[in-house]
Amino acid sequence: MYRIHILMAMDSHTIAQGSREVKEALIRDLALAGISDEVKIVETGSLGISNKGVVLVVFPDDVYYVNVTTNDIPDIISEHLIKGRIVERLHYKKAAVGKGGEKKDERLGKQVRVVLKNAGIIDPQSIEEYIAEDGYEALGHAVTEMTPEQVREEVKKSGLQGRGGAFFPAGIKWDFAAGTEADQKYIICNADEGEPGTFKDRLILEGDPHSIIEGMALAGYAVGATKGYVYIRGEYRMSIEHVQIAIDSARENGLLGQGIFASDFDFDLEIREGAGAYICGEETALIESIEGRRGEPRDKPPFPPAEGLWGKPTVVNNVETLANIPQIILKGAKWYRNFGTEKSPGTKVFTMVGNINNPGLIEVPMGITLREIIYNIGGGIPNGKGFLLAQMGGTTGGILIEEHLDLPMTVETLRGIGAGLGSGALLVVDDSQCPVDLVKNFVEFFNHESCGKCTLCREGTGRLHELLSRLTSGRGEEKDIELVQVLSATMMRGAFCGLGQAAPVPILGCLRYFKDVFIRHASEHVCAANKCEMEAVAETIAA
Amino acid sequence: MPEITIIDEIVENYNDVKTPLIYILKDVQKEFGYLSDNVLTRVAKKTKIPLSDIYGVATFYSLFTTKEKGKYIIRCCNNAPCHVNGSKEVLDKTKEYLGIDFGETTKDKIFTLEFTSCLGICAVAPVMMVNDDVYGNLTPEKAVAILKDYKLKGTSNV
Ligand SMILES: Cc1cc2nc3c(=O)[nH]c(=O)nc-3n(C[C@H](O)[C@H](O)[C@H](O)COP(=O)(O)O)c2cc1C
Ligand code: FES
Repeated sequence: MYRIHILMAMDSHTIAQGSREVKEALIRDLALAGISDEVKIVETGSLGISNKGVVLVVFPDDVYYVNVTTNDIPDIISEHLIKGRIVERLHYKKAAVGKGGEKKDERLGKQVRVVLKNAGIIDPQSIEEYIAEDGYEALGHAVTEMTPEQVREEVKKSGLQGRGGAFFPAGIKWDFAAGTEADQKYIICNADEGEPGTFKDRLILEGDPHSIIEGMALAGYAVGATKGYVYIRGEYRMSIEHVQIAIDSARENGLLGQGIFASDFDFDLEIREGAGAYICGEETALIESIEGRRGEPRDKPPFPPAEGLWGKPTVVNNVETLANIPQIILKGAKWYRNFGTEKSPGTKVFTMVGNINNPGLIEVPMGITLREIIYNIGGGIPNGKGFLLAQMGGTTGGILIEEHLDLPMTVETLRGIGAGLGSGALLVVDDSQCPVDLVKNFVEFFNHESCGKCTLCREGTGRLHELLSRLTSGRGEEKDIELVQVLSATMMRGAFCGLGQAAPVPILGCLRYFKDVFIRHASEHVCAANKCEMEAVAETIAA
Repeated sequence: MPEITIIDEIVENYNDVKTPLIYILKDVQKEFGYLSDNVLTRVAKKTKIPLSDIYGVATFYSLFTTKEKGKYIIRCCNNAPCHVNGSKEVLDKTKEYLGIDFGETTKDKIFTLEFTSCLGICAVAPVMMVNDDVYGNLTPEKAVAILKDYKLKGTSNV
């Protein structure tokens, strides 16, 4: 028996801030203090605190320490672990993320945890801990007591919409795949997360990989697929590692493989790694990539549920979509509809990034307002600056300004103003930034990530980059703004896939709300925010 | 072991995997550092996939490289969340310190400087990656300090 448990967040954010070194120091110093056998260190996923250095929690006291460095370890050991006194200078007061599933935790404000209920609570490398939190119960229940139709029906009733960005109803997609006759069908988990500012899938994969495996197995049962692939971005080394460990232990425990729960349902999984290409997040490009080719999107139709991987019916679902499934099957569609709105049921995981005090991952019911996210949960904008704009959904997402702060964040309300929830990344931009410089930054991304297959997107992003470079360097003219507008509108209508079609969204959004700033850049060659280097002006003055 | 044998063995390792080209190229690159024409030609021969297709794949994905690179590959992120947190100053300082531009390798072959798209750790923006290690909350000074450490490591044990 251990007297004390120390939970250490080992996610990509804390590792980038030195959590591995701190853990080594902790192991070493515990041994020096002679209490190694009293204290157990447990690695877990993100504890929901992302920009406060190395984070650890001492149990059973439930004390959170943040910004811990190797130099702090002797104090934590001698003061807290030995004498029971909290080390105040490292103590994180706002009691952070607690467990609660459907229970709303007062301390979290509006946050609820369905998808993230285990992340930061369990050791993601331990299948026992996942099982102890009702893990694999939904799968067991489904394959022994429900028909595939009933599983699909429950998912349809829940109203769950795909979380990959398009918000297509998951149950209906499954029906299509179930309705296609084939000797082999596939389930693909889209874990290619590449939309800038998005890391929800990463933290789910790192913190609760079994929920994805269970979700995929349920999807497999529901549509009659026996094989699945988890397509993970090559850069996400830790996700790949955790998912592989989870697959292996699920297999050892008979939760993957043949005759799952002594039923006649067989299902197995394999990881496929990406190799660095944003476009592979698009489902047909992803399929091309698994097939060993360049990740260029395919013509649709046929859609993957009719003809997907190796020509077979295939369901492609996002990580977060799949992580919802076990909960829906276990607790029912009605329970799931307790969260969110009629048309946008459930919770949504958002990542808050940019100019915000508490960047990181949150899970809230659909319908929360931007103001609540930014100012309550996100802690507002740092350094006393004001709000310029927010971009919802990643770099292809729509632009929101002051007047949208009280709009409920749902699929339908955002659609109404030409935006969307997209990937759930919320970029907050303060008023010291320049919208023209920002658009140039967006365009650099699109230009870099355009796959080159269709002319409009390949050439269009290139020309847009030239135009924005002119505008941000003092070489622009007013007609450049017009060209940006025309080119954007053309791409939106004519590009082959979602990349080229969505790229214009934030460009036109910024033009709509900040036209005057663009005009000043073009006609007066002035960047009031002083972010654009107006070389041409500098030259004229020098001459 | 001769190059050909190594490549053949890597390909054979994936006999049971359907369409494994990306895995094969990853392993081959790990072995040889980059994907040279010779290496790709052998992969084509062994897998019976046309060389043009293989070359297409090798040049499509940003984690593959057909040119020799430095010992440490620095990948800087300049996507919007990093950008509004001051990544530009970090990039500029990094370039200045190394004396090279993006896409280039230092003369001593220690560093290659590249861009990466968002690494999904924007909560600690701005960030960069050196080989497999990730660094966050960068300032220009911090970036240079990190690179100095690598430089020391790189020159002491080549
Ligand atoms: C350019 C582009 C990039 C995309 N990137 C992703 C991604 O990183 N992750 C993802 O789940 N879906 C991405 N999608 C959406 C997928 O094509 C697909 O709709 C989704 O994986 C379906 O899953 P869902 O129904 O569970 O949302 C992208 C789409 C486009 C057009
Ligand atoms: S934008 Fe740089 S890591 Fe996400």
